[in-house]
Amino acid sequence: MIVCENVTLRYNKHIALQNVSFTVKENTICGLLGRNGAGKTSLLSLLAAYRQPTEGNIRVFGETPYENAAVMPKIAFVYGKSEEGNTLKVREVMELTAAFRPNWDADYASLLAKRFELPLKKSVQSLSHGQKAALHVAAGLAARTPLTIYDEAYLGMDAAYRKMFISEILEDYMQNPRTILFSTHYIDEMDSVFSEAIILDKGRLIAHEDCDVLRQKGVTVSGEITAVDTFSAGHEILSARTLGNQKEAVLFGAFSARERSAAASAGLTLSTPPLQDLFIHMTDKGDYENEK
Amino acid sequence: MKIALDANRPIYLQIKEGIEQDVLNGVLAPDEQIPSNSQLVSFYSINPVTVLKGVNLLIDEGIIYKKRGLGMFVSPEAPEILRKRFREAFEREQIEPLISIAAPLGIGIAELHTMIDNSWKEKYNDSL
Repeated sequence: MIVCENVTLRYNKHIALQNVSFTVKENTICGLLGRNGAGKTSLLSLLAAYRQPTEGNIRVFGETPYENAAVMPKIAFVYGKSEEGNTLKVREVMELTAAFRPNWDADYASLLAKRFELPLKKSVQSLSHGQKAALHVAAGLAARTPLTIYDEAYLGMDAAYRKMFISEILEDYMQNPRTILFSTHYIDEMDSVFSEAIILDKGRLIAHEDCDVLRQKGVTVSGEITAVDTFSAGHEILSARTLGNQKEAVLFGAFSARERSAAASAGLTLSTPPLQDLFIHMTDKGDYENEK
Repeated sequence: MKIALDANRPIYLQIKEGIEQDVLNGVLAPDEQIPSNSQLVSFYSINPVTVLKGVNLLIDEGIIYKKRGLGMFVSPEAPEILRKRFREAFEREQIEPLISIAAPLGIGIAELHTMIDNSWKEKYNDSL
């Protein structure tokens, strides 16, 4: 279990995280969403024991992770390292990682190396952007750590490799359940993989919920313009587009069963908005908490 | 089951409805095994919790039952339960829209009847 209690992180005068509290249960795949500079990497690096919070408590598997030899082998932090000046060969990086990871699965690592077409004899610094990312995520998968953190880990990987990575995460998760935290900007591509998501905005946690519950914080309504406008009146409109006399609007807020059936009898179609649209709205305004 | 998921509806509901459709159409017969959770996860690349949510709803509604260690199977009474539910939805979701599309085209009730008769004959080889 991962617990953050009133965590604040300051770099000199800059506040990276402010009073962040949440709990993620064991064996959950949780997405971490936020705009650039929202504090995602700061939060993940705290959980990965790369630094300690200025204030507040962090517990990973019941212990404070920072400089804790009992917990650190259980956590893998996968991020887009530049690898500049790293003259080690891909094979050597794999071997080194294995030495620090008690659950390392060497067979799985070589299978992944083949699938991602990693050149084992090449030096890491000579790899392409996408190959470096593939090496990092392959090491993250094969490490089988109880907590695996991917921080924008697949940047640079092409669509085919990203797809493969996602299916590997799920396959391996079913065989070897573990806790996975995943930060990404590709929300549309990833949201079916998360069961829950944490949304950070300007260093504050503005939502932490089941993805299906999050999606119900809004509705997409489509139909004839005046009917859509009547339905939308008094609601916050996130986006709208029209074609001829048809209109589609994404609205924020909860809708009662009565409102929904009224919409249906007015000939309107209601559907779930993409998480990405809601996310953009919530982080744009940042006042979601006030609305609750 | 349908191959593509629709981004505008909760995924767990689509998993549930996909299996229901297969039972209704006879693709999945009573006491036949449904795809395993892990097959559904891999096929659709979705979180196992999402699959479980859909599958648990099917268990709650008596559409499928679990055999420990073996998997999930279609309940003997599932086709009947679904037929009843879908019949109720049929009028609301199919007939009403049909009429509201027909009216602006100037298709009257008699003409609509003839159209339905003809389609029916064509599909079921003249046996009304």
